[in-house]
Amino acid sequence: MRRIVFAASLAALAAAVPAAAIAAEVPTPLRQSWSFAGPFGTFDRAQLQRGFKVYREVCAACHGLKLVAFHALAQPGGPGFTEAQAKQIASEFRIQDGPSDRGEMFERLGRLSDMIPSPDPNEQAARARLNGALPPDLSVIAKARGYDVGFPRFITDAFLQYQEAGVDYIFAYLTGYENAPAGVTLPETQFWNKYFAGQRTAMRPPIQKDQVEYTDGTPQTVEQYSRDVAAFLMWATEPHLEARKRIGFQVMIFLLVFAGLMYFTKKKVWAAAH
Amino acid sequence: MSGHSSYQPQNRLLRWFEARLPVGWLIHSSFVAYPTPRNLNYWWTFGGILSFMLTVQIVTGVVLTMHFTPTATQAFDSVEHIMRDVNYGWLLRYLHANGGSMFFLAVYIHMFRGLYYGSYKEPREVLWILGVIIFFLMMASAFMGYVLPWGQMSFWAATVITNLFSAIPIFGKGITEWLWGGYAVDNPTLQRFFSLHYLLPFMIAGVVVLHVWALHVVGQNNPTGIDVKSDKDTVPFTPYATAKDGFALVCFLILLAWFVFYIPNYLSHPDNYIPANPLQTPPHIVPEWYFLPYYAILRAIPSKLIGVIALFASIAVLAFLPWLDTSKVRSARYRPLFRQFFWIFVICCIGLGYLGSKQPEGLYVIAARILTAYYFLYFLVILPVLGLIERPKAVPASISEAVLPKGGAPVAAGAAAPDRNG
Repeated sequence: MRRIVFAASLAALAAAVPAAAIAAEVPTPLRQSWSFAGPFGTFDRAQLQRGFKVYREVCAACHGLKLVAFHALAQPGGPGFTEAQAKQIASEFRIQDGPSDRGEMFERLGRLSDMIPSPDPNEQAARARLNGALPPDLSVIAKARGYDVGFPRFITDAFLQYQEAGVDYIFAYLTGYENAPAGVTLPETQFWNKYFAGQRTAMRPPIQKDQVEYTDGTPQTVEQYSRDVAAFLMWATEPHLEARKRIGFQVMIFLLVFAGLMYFTKKKVWAAAH
Repeated sequence: MSGHSSYQPQNRLLRWFEARLPVGWLIHSSFVAYPTPRNLNYWWTFGGILSFMLTVQIVTGVVLTMHFTPTATQAFDSVEHIMRDVNYGWLLRYLHANGGSMFFLAVYIHMFRGLYYGSYKEPREVLWILGVIIFFLMMASAFMGYVLPWGQMSFWAATVITNLFSAIPIFGKGITEWLWGGYAVDNPTLQRFFSLHYLLPFMIAGVVVLHVWALHVVGQNNPTGIDVKSDKDTVPFTPYATAKDGFALVCFLILLAWFVFYIPNYLSHPDNYIPANPLQTPPHIVPEWYFLPYYAILRAIPSKLIGVIALFASIAVLAFLPWLDTSKVRSARYRPLFRQFFWIFVICCIGLGYLGSKQPEGLYVIAARILTAYYFLYFLVILPVLGLIERPKAVPASISEAVLPKGGAPVAAGAAAPDRNG
């Protein structure tokens, strides 16, 4: 009853809304098929490794990943690097440390316990380098982006477990560059992206075909790069996603059995009272 | 909780203790022998669910506090530290965040149940008002908790809500700066909100004790709304209510688990994963879903001061409900007219929630004004008038007459609990 009333009232309201109230000509990102979606979703290790490669060779020029530690790369449920590989990756970065015994800051090679260092030391340095634009840190980007799914999807999504709005948006954004429509002239520091709110984004199309070398035969297309790096950013955002879903299933089984037992207990207890 | 008790522990040590502090009697008379109306339906299980959820929130909150750093520069990162590096930190945080939402879902069902069955009427006025106080404390706790991760929505929600006080004439500015601990929402604001967010749940727990005490003095209402007249009308709390509450609680936990494990961010806003930035206002500031109806009321009114007054009045009016509803009949079952207005009221609240999530422009504003008007008319005009003009249906003579099969064999009420005392 409650749900029917809810749906009916929402439908009545939606009908009353004029077209003018629905703003934004930004197209809705398409829903991609992700290995980590759904109740049994897991990351595709090879995809995460490819995505990390894309991040490192392309995104990392401007975007940090400061909340992700190198040791996470070897964590269960992640890209599946061995600890030795993660150590090797860490040692390829230079980390500022200090002060030393002599009171000086110094640089050293990265360790597993370090966070992935950001390309710029601070916001001002980034803006000074990049025409005043500030590339966001990507550590939680797949949860910090999304789009309005609208009615009635915002209700059905709760049942269908749709939690990929952020990663769908990232993929759409990375593949959403177009030539500016006729009559629009953009300054050199702006680029036309149909999925970006306002369409004028300060990030130049970040990646070209064949820019990053894949050694496993995966096609080296912009679409594939975008898909892989989006998946990697989903993992970076939610590194315990696999454990969450696995434990969730166990909890669900337990609760369903428990609920069944409680139901029959209740029935038995009340049998004499009705 | 009153009268003499037949409770006698078997164990000698317990008997010794019982003679000095009758804790066993208190528990026994409150949660074992306590007579509950035999016709309570599942809408009555939400009191137990709420007690459980309060405990979940306090336990997860205490552990989260061990890892959280309440400063403007570190709050956001320390939440992510919890999500990434603390053992099962993601579980604690998602339980706490979604637990808050489920807490509100349960409290709204609990409140609508009270509205429908007239649970606020004599002699349960104090019980009801204590509930309103709990609700108000819950709202304050939830709001301050939402500020703690120091994301964009946290920061701007804090800014919007604290700015409400600036609408107060003359003292507004001073009060707002006093709340902030400075001239804008900043580190001192975060730290005091953290302190209060830790304090308020224990105040809630205290008022919950009073709420349960008041409940046990006047007894539970029931779907017929008529008073308990004899032992035949009741069953002992244990095992009857405990079994039913237990089943309902486990079902509720399935819902909670669905959110925590599968859609933990469904109810939150992506902008709150962007660190707070005082220089950049988000395009669309919205509160958590459970505040949306109040947000719609606030924005429906063009004057800021009157909007703020309406916002607080929309909650305060609940406290006067026992005297606003003039009908002598409690349950909506026997009030056909009231029932229609009640369901319109439910739709009105949901509609306000929807409008609270939309930009205040065009038809949305007009719709919000109409629904806000209905919200207040319901309490201030419809309920007082309805009690005078409505002709209720015939009310059954007793609970047992209403629910037990007529002419059937006598039912062994509470046969399973021999030590029950009525």
